[in-house]
Amino acid sequence: MDSNNPYKSFDVRVFLISVLAAIMITNLALIFFWAPTEMVMGLVQKVLYVHVPLAWIGFLAFFVVFIGSVMYLWKKTQPWDGLAQAAAEVGVLCTTLMLVTGAIWAKPVWGVWWTWDPRLTTSTILWLMYVGYLMLRGYAPSREQGARYAAVMGIVAFVNVPIVYYSTILWRTVHPEMVIGPASETGNLDSQMRTVLLFSALTFTLLFVYLVKERLALTCAYDRILSIRHKEGIY
Amino acid sequence: MNYFLIPILQIAYKDIILELRTKDIFVTILIFALLMGVIFSFVFVPTKQNVVLILPGTLWVSITFAGVLGFNRSLVLEKDKGNLDGLLLCPVTRDVIYFGKFLGLFLFMISAEIFIVPLYAVLYNVSILDVGIPVIVILTTIGFAAVGTLFSAICVNTRSREVMLPILLLPVSVPIIVAAVEGTRSILEGSPVGIERWVQLLAAFDVIFLVLAAFTFGAVLEE
Repeated sequence: MDSNNPYKSFDVRVFLISVLAAIMITNLALIFFWAPTEMVMGLVQKVLYVHVPLAWIGFLAFFVVFIGSVMYLWKKTQPWDGLAQAAAEVGVLCTTLMLVTGAIWAKPVWGVWWTWDPRLTTSTILWLMYVGYLMLRGYAPSREQGARYAAVMGIVAFVNVPIVYYSTILWRTVHPEMVIGPASETGNLDSQMRTVLLFSALTFTLLFVYLVKERLALTCAYDRILSIRHKEGIY
Repeated sequence: MNYFLIPILQIAYKDIILELRTKDIFVTILIFALLMGVIFSFVFVPTKQNVVLILPGTLWVSITFAGVLGFNRSLVLEKDKGNLDGLLLCPVTRDVIYFGKFLGLFLFMISAEIFIVPLYAVLYNVSILDVGIPVIVILTTIGFAAVGTLFSAICVNTRSREVMLPILLLPVSVPIIVAAVEGTRSILEGSPVGIERWVQLLAAFDVIFLVLAAFTFGAVLEE
């Protein structure tokens, strides 16, 4: 068989996505049928099993962006830039979903959709910085310049996250009345709940790896088309 | 040391001469910030009771937005007629260019703020005679100019740069805006108990971003 046979790689993808789908269905079954329903909050507490893993892979994604950016500025090789871009896109998606699921949980539990608690504020600023990061790539004059600018932004944004968090904690101590506080969110989790949460986090991490891999494959395909066009003289 | 400091001063000096002739950035920042002050006074209706709550926010939001306009102007001037290429041909490292541009922008902002802050105090009828005010103004301006210089160098090459600069700059500047507003407020309230932590936050931000921006500036200017 020809090693460039597209059906071969297609099979690998089908296999991966089937395994992932099976794990995700198991995850849903665990969340809705195995994990006990919380006594006070009721069914809405189950948002936790999606919300927390989304937050986790959001931060993981931005850490990957940071690593990719540093390595790109150091090595100047395309794969690092592709990795940073792929992780940023998945990260923005997850952070958006994290903010939305958080609001869905907050309305019945805290009584408000939104509050300026340090975690929420930091997440929003984080989201805004990485949306800016993706826009910067789109508005750059050339792909290479876009990669360099985005790498700088990827580093600056990541370094800024703890400073934003610290400043909003200080700010919260100034405005105590504005905060409802996430205290009810933590506390001792039931062991079954913890197991489901960990399984869910693992599932979402696999999903993250899969999405980044697919996005990287897309970038590679794009590069190949560009090089073919260049070779054939089509612009 | 001289190989580092003298070129920085020369690049800043070049900007200062240009600014003294055109007064572009200074006038932009000053007039825009005052305009915002007037508009905010219509929006929030300051009274004796709420002025301490309103003034710090309006002052720093005005200076921030005015600063964004000034930063845009500064690098557009370099881009015109290929001046930036000339700067890149100078036998100095990229961080020297960064610090030179930073110093120029810092001085233009500070010189506008020397007028803006007292004028706000007059317009909103509060006393700002406190040693803490200049400390906060200087530290905030250092931090803001540090990230502003980096991002304006990035945005000057992008399409629709007037939009890109605030979108990148404002979220990154959140810690200094929060610290400047809260620091100013605690001084105006007459009980500057918590002021040290805001000053510490500002100083930490300034150091971190001056170093980070100087390191990454080379990657931005590479042709």
